[in-house]
Amino acid sequence: MAAEFNLDALIDSEAGVVSRELFVDRDIYEAELDRIFARAWLLIGHEGLVPTPDSYFVTRMGDDSVLLTRNRQGEIMAFLNSCPHRGMRVCRYDQGAAPVFTCPYHGWSFSTNRERVAVPGQLVGVPRSDEGYGGKLDRVRWGLVPVPRLEVYKGSIWASWDAAAPPLDAYLGDMRRYLDLALDHRDGSPGGAELLGGVQKWRIRCNWKTVAENFAGDLYHEVSHISANLAEIGLAKGKGRRDKLPLRHAIGFEGLGHGGLGFPPSTDPPADLSPDYGDAEINNYFADVHARRVANLQGKAHVNLVVGTIFPNMSFHAHQPRSLAVVHPISATEEEMWRMYLVDADAPAKVKDMLRRYYLRYSGPGGMTEADDMENWTSVTQSSQGNIARRQAFNYQLGLGKEQPVPGLEGGIDSGNYSEGNARIYYRRWAEFMGAADWSEIGPAPAVDAMAAAGAAAAAHGD
Amino acid sequence: MATNRDDAIARMLLKAEAEAFFHREADLLDERRFEDWLGMLAPDIQVWMPIARNIEAGGEQAEFSAEGTDANWLDEGFETLAQRVKQLVTGVHWAEQPPSRTSHMVSNIDLADIEGPLDAPTGLNLRCRFLVYRNRNEDEQDFFIGKRNDRLIRIDDSWRLARREVFLDQNVLLAKNLSVFF
Repeated sequence: MAAEFNLDALIDSEAGVVSRELFVDRDIYEAELDRIFARAWLLIGHEGLVPTPDSYFVTRMGDDSVLLTRNRQGEIMAFLNSCPHRGMRVCRYDQGAAPVFTCPYHGWSFSTNRERVAVPGQLVGVPRSDEGYGGKLDRVRWGLVPVPRLEVYKGSIWASWDAAAPPLDAYLGDMRRYLDLALDHRDGSPGGAELLGGVQKWRIRCNWKTVAENFAGDLYHEVSHISANLAEIGLAKGKGRRDKLPLRHAIGFEGLGHGGLGFPPSTDPPADLSPDYGDAEINNYFADVHARRVANLQGKAHVNLVVGTIFPNMSFHAHQPRSLAVVHPISATEEEMWRMYLVDADAPAKVKDMLRRYYLRYSGPGGMTEADDMENWTSVTQSSQGNIARRQAFNYQLGLGKEQPVPGLEGGIDSGNYSEGNARIYYRRWAEFMGAADWSEIGPAPAVDAMAAAGAAAAAHGD
Repeated sequence: MATNRDDAIARMLLKAEAEAFFHREADLLDERRFEDWLGMLAPDIQVWMPIARNIEAGGEQAEFSAEGTDANWLDEGFETLAQRVKQLVTGVHWAEQPPSRTSHMVSNIDLADIEGPLDAPTGLNLRCRFLVYRNRNEDEQDFFIGKRNDRLIRIDDSWRLARREVFLDQNVLLAKNLSVFF
């Protein structure tokens, strides 16, 4: 267990001041792995990565490798990707299909097939079992370490190492309605998005929180993307880096730590902001999608969003581009970013191709917008490491005092257009996690029983 | 009638033309004459840099992300390449401001296939290894090393790059971004 920290000295979110130690200090980083990454709900993948029985995808939770798999019965589950015997990485491939996972070192093998094992992940093969262990090796105790909590939400897969974590639905709160914009069809019907093949993974020498904060609602940094606007990389030619939008609001969720740039709930018919894409088939498609969206959302309070962050390390773009991102911690001063991209499954091939090409020129390491972000984030971390530099504070005072509750969003706070209100909410949540002994001190209410909690979440989704 | 020796010499000369093309490309990119480099590209050029996966040898899983359908590192044509050049010359493209120092190197060049007659070829297909070195700011450096497949075609009596496949020898990309050309 890492040292105790004087959180009040590190963060004064009421005054909008945060110590740079949060972004460079090794002890704080070590404590984050334990107090945040071992507790919080983390995005670990998408159903598109484990589409069929026996398929697997190797993912990460914090600094641990995690094996995500769908068993023969179709259930999605996750395990620590380290052999219980001597710790070797059990699955050494990025993705594929396997009915049994066999550790290369001493040959222990594990199955998730309920026809073969009582407990998924259990040992099914132990070389020299009778001779060496008298046939008495406990095959459940020495099975793969399971991730105790896992939930699938509209294709996105989330997990927590803490059995006491609240249900995912309570953890997301009303931020879920904004996440829906990435996971639902653009016509407003539930689900409907599919994952493009190919997960981008790349290293950036910056603190992981700098990335989460950037996507949580920093409209102020748009000045850094002038060159992408001038290069006119948007879908409609000659129109900056994306279709024109009204000025976004910073909307955050106090007590949950999530936030994004978007719009409060409205019952007005959604506006059609699609420009002329210079192609009749594509224009017709988006006009049709919009007409269906108007019909689907008629009379209902609906929201819109460009970009957001789910505490602690998941971010998403909901529209242009449309993708899910995770910032995996590597050290206090390095992270590994993963990006996966979504399109509507039933969109014509021409539309999917146009969007895919746009995503790749906008986002990821080859993206003309994101490439500049990476330069800035790296520089923030590098130039905050100096002996004197690290003693300084970061200023998060933009929009301080402008916070207003958002009608129709539980705990929702609108702090204006150019605001660091969402970062203040994010770092208050960070301090809450870092100072708490366990989930009973964090909130929302922890799961008393994981099974009961899952049942309650299912009931809550029944509307 | 041409002898085998004449054919071999003709092939060597074509390979030398391709090498000269690659060397000129490297010079233009490393001298940051990006607009001149665009002039060496065919209007319908395709550049594809897939993501390499760790997969089971002999397994059914594809080692590389698919061109045309998957997310790749790069999968783009002339329009996007021209946008990249436009961005580079704005002076506020922070990923390359101040400009990186780069050296583009090619080696192991193999003229794999010649399109059209040997005395009037219309296309050259080449394989090579590449090393793109980038050094920026004070101490940042990246080594991009891998294999490349290129197709040159004849336009207006000169060779133009019509296709480039870039197989980078990395799984997790070890550079923070790909703001250099390959």
